Amino acid sequence: MEAAIDTQKISMKNLPAFEALASGHRACQGCGEVLAMRLAMKALGERIIVVSATGCMEVITTPYPQTSWLVPWMHVAFENASAVGSGVAGALLALARKGRLAGGDTKIVIMGGDGGTSDIGMQSLSGALERGHDFVYLCFDNEAYMNTGIQRSSATPRCAWTTTCPLGEEHPGKQEAKKDLVGIVEKHHIPYLATATPAYPFDLMNKVRRGAQVKGPAFIHVLAPCPTGWRIPTQEVIKVARLAVQTRDYPLYEVVNGKYILGKPGKNPKPVAEYLKAQGRFKHLSENDLAAMQQEVDERFAQLQWLASRP
Amino acid sequence: MSNRVGIEVSIAVAEAVGLCDVDVVAAYPITPQTHIVEHLADLVAEGKLNAEYIAVESEHSAISAVMGASATGGRAFTATASQGLALMHEILFAVSSLRLPVVMAVANRAVSAPINIWADLSDVMPQRDTGWVQLFAENGQEAYDLMVQAFRLAEDHRVLLPVMVNLDGFTLSHMIEPITMMERNEVRRFLPPIEPARLLDPDHPRSIGPFGAQDVYTEAKMQQEMALLRSQEVMEEIWQDFEAQFGRRYHAVESYRTGDAEVVLVTMGAVSETARAAVDEMRAQGIAVGLVRIRMWRPLPQEELRQALEGAKVVAVLDRMLTPGGTGGPVGEALRSIFYDAPVRPRIYEVVAGLGGREINRRTFKEIVRQALAGQEQVRQFTFLDVRCA
Repeated sequence: MEAAIDTQKISMKNLPAFEALASGHRACQGCGEVLAMRLAMKALGERIIVVSATGCMEVITTPYPQTSWLVPWMHVAFENASAVGSGVAGALLALARKGRLAGGDTKIVIMGGDGGTSDIGMQSLSGALERGHDFVYLCFDNEAYMNTGIQRSSATPRCAWTTTCPLGEEHPGKQEAKKDLVGIVEKHHIPYLATATPAYPFDLMNKVRRGAQVKGPAFIHVLAPCPTGWRIPTQEVIKVARLAVQTRDYPLYEVVNGKYILGKPGKNPKPVAEYLKAQGRFKHLSENDLAAMQQEVDERFAQLQWLASRP
Repeated sequence: MSNRVGIEVSIAVAEAVGLCDVDVVAAYPITPQTHIVEHLADLVAEGKLNAEYIAVESEHSAISAVMGASATGGRAFTATASQGLALMHEILFAVSSLRLPVVMAVANRAVSAPINIWADLSDVMPQRDTGWVQLFAENGQEAYDLMVQAFRLAEDHRVLLPVMVNLDGFTLSHMIEPITMMERNEVRRFLPPIEPARLLDPDHPRSIGPFGAQDVYTEAKMQQEMALLRSQEVMEEIWQDFEAQFGRRYHAVESYRTGDAEVVLVTMGAVSETARAAVDEMRAQGIAVGLVRIRMWRPLPQEELRQALEGAKVVAVLDRMLTPGGTGGPVGEALRSIFYDAPVRPRIYEVVAGLGGREINRRTFKEIVRQALAGQEQVRQFTFLDVRCA
């Protein structure tokens, strides 16, 4: 049986022409999430079944009777995409065993935003990871509930403004740190885990492809800037996503069978203030706040370097 | 040949599901349902059932997983009770709305608080409006037979709706009863292989579960309602076929000694056998009493119920769930609604009893009939039976 996922490394020379999304969708101008999704789909190809959590990507692609999806796609609710995907995985196994599965090998792709993954969908994700079904999970993290109008999630970073962590005298912005979703997923000891952003499209596509090739769960965490929620000009989305990496606020790395592999860290990281000052949601930060944020970034990166240094 | 054996009803239910060659079972343990899915796990582990058993981390995920399996073309089953059914509530609407032919057994149990593991219908009645076909078993044979019938009904392309088979927790699920077991080849003859109607298939991509705005939502609901109403006649057809093959006859509504009855009891579930015995004893004492038992609750067989109760002076309804602050329990409300426009209306005397597994015995039914015949006043639309705080 032909494999569902192409194994070739993607470069400028062999960029897949395949699109899982038809032209035309209803995302905001400059949406980082839909771009990341499009790139991921290019890497995955057409032998996939997509299960989506409720969220921006679900709403903007399927206003009935229209659909953007050229691959099979299913949505049930906000918190259960991983459970629905588990059922798809079970049926594919049973039907293949009984000779009732037409067509070739099929890869299951489950996707959700940061709310659908690290908040309301955390339980079903954890269950699916523990059971070890064969799927690749794409978390498109835009760091708040953007579909409902920019409310705080556990993935919202410290100090950021949202409509439910507003800039009051008592509490200016979010008081708590961003939940370490990748760390939580890592503790499920799955075969493949990576971080990516659409600012590095080939890196993103190749990580998705690598993840989809392993047998068992793979998890790709994608930082996907939202111009609407982050208060950034639509033409600066890629620049801001790149700054997240260049300042080490969002380092790119993989965890392959437990081994941390840090992407090229760059010798001279930019100060995190450059990343934060580019976004309206952080415009209230004082110099003291920025210094504290820099310290947090440095500590997180040092810890990651330590993890990557282990044999 | 068929054989009659003494078997725990939960085990028999699981055996029936196994005979249906299900492809995927997803389940989470909850009392008093657990024996069903434990036995299915045994069947899979022993290689007697070629299925994927997904031991999910919650009932919410159990119902979600069977949806995914069903949308992929598999025959899928789950079972639950009480809190588990309540946790599924959100997703139950999606199963019926996406027209996925999932079958679920519910071992009916009270809902917290106070936490209580015994039988009443307070778990299933709040699921009344989720769009599922809802059937209630009276005894083990029926629970067993209904499982097989449920898959055929759900998968019929005129229906394509999920089916819920209810059996009282403990008082039915844990009884050891004589049940005539079916053979695999007999079941295969009765239940054809599943022919999925909507499928997640890379060769024929489709979007399942899209966003539907004001312009299509009403039409989607109307089509679903038409299918649910249609399911009653399809069920009748299936019951005729079942009788032809297995010799056991089923109806949406069953009447017992109602011919000249002055008062007719209305029940659902396993208490109906007790009611039958009470009717016989009261008849022996010269009381003109009969029994109507509702097997199919959704879609509600309105015409059959009207006909079955026509001529009775008093209809004595047993509701095993309280609808707080309302106009009576769900069965009482439904019957009042059926008879409101009828030229001759029976008096409807409604009793709420059996909550949280409180015993319902022959004396209970005799007391209900006594009160109903005495024309006892009802302060609201129902009377609590046997309650210590007035």
